[in-house]
Amino acid sequence: MNRPAAKSLLAAVVASALSVLSPALAWEPTKTVEFIVPAGTGGGADQMARLIQGIIAKNGLMKESMVVVNKGGGAGAEGFLEVKSAKGDPHKIIITLSNTFTTPLATGVPFSWKDLTPVRMLALDQFVLWVNAETPYKNAKDYVEAVKKAGPGKMKMGGTGSKQEDQIITVALEKQTGAKFTYIPYKGGGAVATQLVGKHIDSSVNNPIEAVAQWRAGNLRPLCVFDDTRMPYKEKVTKDMAWNDIPTCKESGVNTDYVMLRGIFMPGGVTPDQVKYYVDLLEKVRQTPEWKKFMEDGAFNQTALTGKEYADWVAKADQLHYGLMKEAGFLAAGK
Amino acid sequence: MDDRKAVASVRVAELVMAGIFLAFGALVMWDTRRLGASWGDDGPQAGYFPFYIGLFIVASSAMIIFKALNLGDKGRAAFVEWGQLRMVLLVMAPTVVYVALIANPWYGLGIYVASAIYIAFFMWYLGKYSWPRILPVSLGVAVFFFLMFEIWFKVPLPKGPVEALFGYT
Amino acid sequence: MQEIQSLMGGFAVAMSWFNLMLMFAGVSLGVLIGVLPGLGGANGVAILLPLTFSMAQQPGGATSAIILLSCIYWGALFGGAITSILFNIPGEPWSVATTFDGYPLAQKGRAGAALTSAFTSSFVGALVAVILITFISPIIARFALRFGPPEFFSVYLLTFSAFVGMSKGSPLKTIVAMMTGFALAAVGIDTVTGQLRLTFEIQQLLKGFDFLIAVIGLFGIGEILLTIEEGLEFRGTKAKLNLRVVLETWKELPRYWKTSVRSAAVGCMMGIVPGGATPASFMAYGLAKKMSRDGEEFGTGKVEGVVAPETAAHAAGTSALLPMLTLGVPGSPTAAVLLGGLLIWGLQPGPLLFLEKPDFVWGLIASMYLGNIVGLIVVLTCVPLFASILRIPFSIIAPVILVICAIGAYTVHNSIFDVWLMLVFGVLGYVFKKLDYPMAPLVLALVLGDRAEDAFRQSMLGSQGDLGIFFSNPLVGTITGASLLLLFWPLLSRLVAIARGRNGNAAG
Repeated sequence: MNRPAAKSLLAAVVASALSVLSPALAWEPTKTVEFIVPAGTGGGADQMARLIQGIIAKNGLMKESMVVVNKGGGAGAEGFLEVKSAKGDPHKIIITLSNTFTTPLATGVPFSWKDLTPVRMLALDQFVLWVNAETPYKNAKDYVEAVKKAGPGKMKMGGTGSKQEDQIITVALEKQTGAKFTYIPYKGGGAVATQLVGKHIDSSVNNPIEAVAQWRAGNLRPLCVFDDTRMPYKEKVTKDMAWNDIPTCKESGVNTDYVMLRGIFMPGGVTPDQVKYYVDLLEKVRQTPEWKKFMEDGAFNQTALTGKEYADWVAKADQLHYGLMKEAGFLAAGK
Repeated sequence: MDDRKAVASVRVAELVMAGIFLAFGALVMWDTRRLGASWGDDGPQAGYFPFYIGLFIVASSAMIIFKALNLGDKGRAAFVEWGQLRMVLLVMAPTVVYVALIANPWYGLGIYVASAIYIAFFMWYLGKYSWPRILPVSLGVAVFFFLMFEIWFKVPLPKGPVEALFGYT
Repeated sequence: MQEIQSLMGGFAVAMSWFNLMLMFAGVSLGVLIGVLPGLGGANGVAILLPLTFSMAQQPGGATSAIILLSCIYWGALFGGAITSILFNIPGEPWSVATTFDGYPLAQKGRAGAALTSAFTSSFVGALVAVILITFISPIIARFALRFGPPEFFSVYLLTFSAFVGMSKGSPLKTIVAMMTGFALAAVGIDTVTGQLRLTFEIQQLLKGFDFLIAVIGLFGIGEILLTIEEGLEFRGTKAKLNLRVVLETWKELPRYWKTSVRSAAVGCMMGIVPGGATPASFMAYGLAKKMSRDGEEFGTGKVEGVVAPETAAHAAGTSALLPMLTLGVPGSPTAAVLLGGLLIWGLQPGPLLFLEKPDFVWGLIASMYLGNIVGLIVVLTCVPLFASILRIPFSIIAPVILVICAIGAYTVHNSIFDVWLMLVFGVLGYVFKKLDYPMAPLVLALVLGDRAEDAFRQSMLGSQGDLGIFFSNPLVGTITGASLLLLFWPLLSRLVAIARGRNGNAAG
């Protein structure tokens, strides 16, 4: 697909022409699609959703329009419950972050990804261990040693939210290394990066896109990425480093990895036709140059599963989170 | 009914309001049992502040109740007179019906149609306008908001059967 | 003066007919958005964002795009004051404090004066903030970095201290109102532990109580109910309807220069930190009331009581763009959406933006000057038009206002539950007013309660429970000290008075 926009336009014209003849053709939205973000404005999920909305609008990939609606109350529970209760409604989609798994476990709010229909994975978001560039730590091992030496609870790890991905990584890191942090929850990833620059915390596990500007300005230093392979992007981001130059935490002797799902779900009880529409739509989005640039800027892991593979991945991730949350003692009573 | 007659005295109103606050404060305090309301190793627990907030509400409203019981003449003054209450209800009752019409589990009219009906009723019943003046205003406002929210700013509001006729659901 | 040169370059970029046209369009749209409580600057910006993608691809187009979007933002800042003054309904959260004196002014028939002073003060606030951004943005950016949890807490404490002791009513009722605000702010998820508080397994309570719904109900609906008691009309319908009122008000405004300067300073600090425009407006109002000679009469319709919050809100709203540009941290929801826009246009906000895209940055800064001038012209010429809304008969405008309130409450979370909640708050506002419970402390506690608590507990986590952290460096120590001083000022001043009185007696 070299010219997706043109092709899709053609396809749309043909489809609409055919639909006059045979009404039983492929499903298409008949009204404005609500794109729910179970998080506040400005975060990673919100940015991605708004980008997708922008790409669809700009390239005319959909006849009806799409609106982004933020429903971040109760650590995302507000958005998930809304989609859960919209059973069979094909005009709602939701973008997920790890709170799909963590929120029901930590709060006991009754929903699960099984109430939703998996559409497709868009990417996986990486986590990087960052320290202030003025500190002497050159790699993850040095830093972990320093944390151990400082004594339990003396070094501060900042992250987004409580009992969510950032804290899970922190706990996993503690379990692996025996170091002990004081975890300080903030409301957004951008704020965490700024707090690290201002030395109010000692380290963070920001997503690449949340910290890249400060890295380029020489304020932050990445130590390692929490994934089993390095990030593939070889173009220089700073004067002398590319994303690819950041070692994995495993290489640095810290055996912890974690990636976060950026995927799309629909309410339960929708037809395969309707799911297929969104799978194809998002495939077109993925082929645009804007999307590719966004992936590179944010150093995303571009794994993008669909269908059964996606559902299997989600089920596995759910199990993984249950295990991690249980170990960390984050489960709500009765879970 | 005499319009100047008091429906309730200031004392009764004070007591009722303070009673509601008292119950509210107690509810807040009760919920913190679950969360832990002490000062932990690393600062206050989740229920620490709510516990004292609840305590302050309970204590202050108890004192307000005590004061209200000893209000004397001031307490016998009218909180609201019949005439006033009737006016307030004349506005509140249609407004409650209006919100119920927007969306309910049985048959929601949507916000635009309900608004048109509400404005029309208000103008007809309270303003005594004639229909040739009511219709343009009520329909005009509803259509304006429809254009503004649904079409231009894509803010989805509750819609009902009439919008569905035009293809907006 | 390298900045002046860059700025002139910026004006050259921003001053095209096309861009000026975009400014007028943006500001007018922004005013409309600001007036309706259901739409905020964030909506306007989000909706127009896709439009700007194709724009941003032309040379210099990114500048045009941000001019359009930021002018919507200016317009919304201006527009928020209109309904606050005319109907006691804050169109935006930061115009709540404007209602305290703006609405009484309108009731006295001085709606025109209130609107003029609100718009003019907004402009002054913005101008101060833009000048600051122009000349000392690197210093400001470093200043913002010094704000960690203890500093944030001390700033919130300062806001409370500036405001406490404001209401003349019963102290018991003030405590109940304020604590109720705190309790409502605690509903929902607790940031620090991730636990649900005060939700009682009710699904609608998960998202907590939104400030805007409480305010629309308490102030807007409550006021309508109170008005109706007296009969079916609004007071203040005899507002003058010509532009002379603008000039007359302008003659009065220079008298309040001290309040303007103080409020602009408060606003700039709160915008940069970023603490937000809403706390800034409350803090400026509280300080003005404490420090002005006419402080006692605030709340009865003083022009100065409109000048303070509007100057601060606009200064904060404008300077909030700075942390967004230099740190990538949005100071407001609208700034957050703008941030998304920058990323999609291929610009990376952050410390390097000023170096890498000087054209864009200086074009934007120049457009801040121009956009605010355009905004002021647009809104001032409309003052008679806005004031004439009060002449529409009550039984037409009242239902329309209630419809607007309902839409506003619904759009906050797309939930009809919130509309019911708004009605409940409306009845509460009516009873509050009749029994002399003050509403301002409730609203302030609701807007700042959870932020203050988060900052406090984040500080405690960091210091492992040591309260000394609030005096651990000169910055936080000064702010904490100042807020404690302000808090106990009434007590202290009384002691001083007593001491002096005794001396006087002894001498006599």
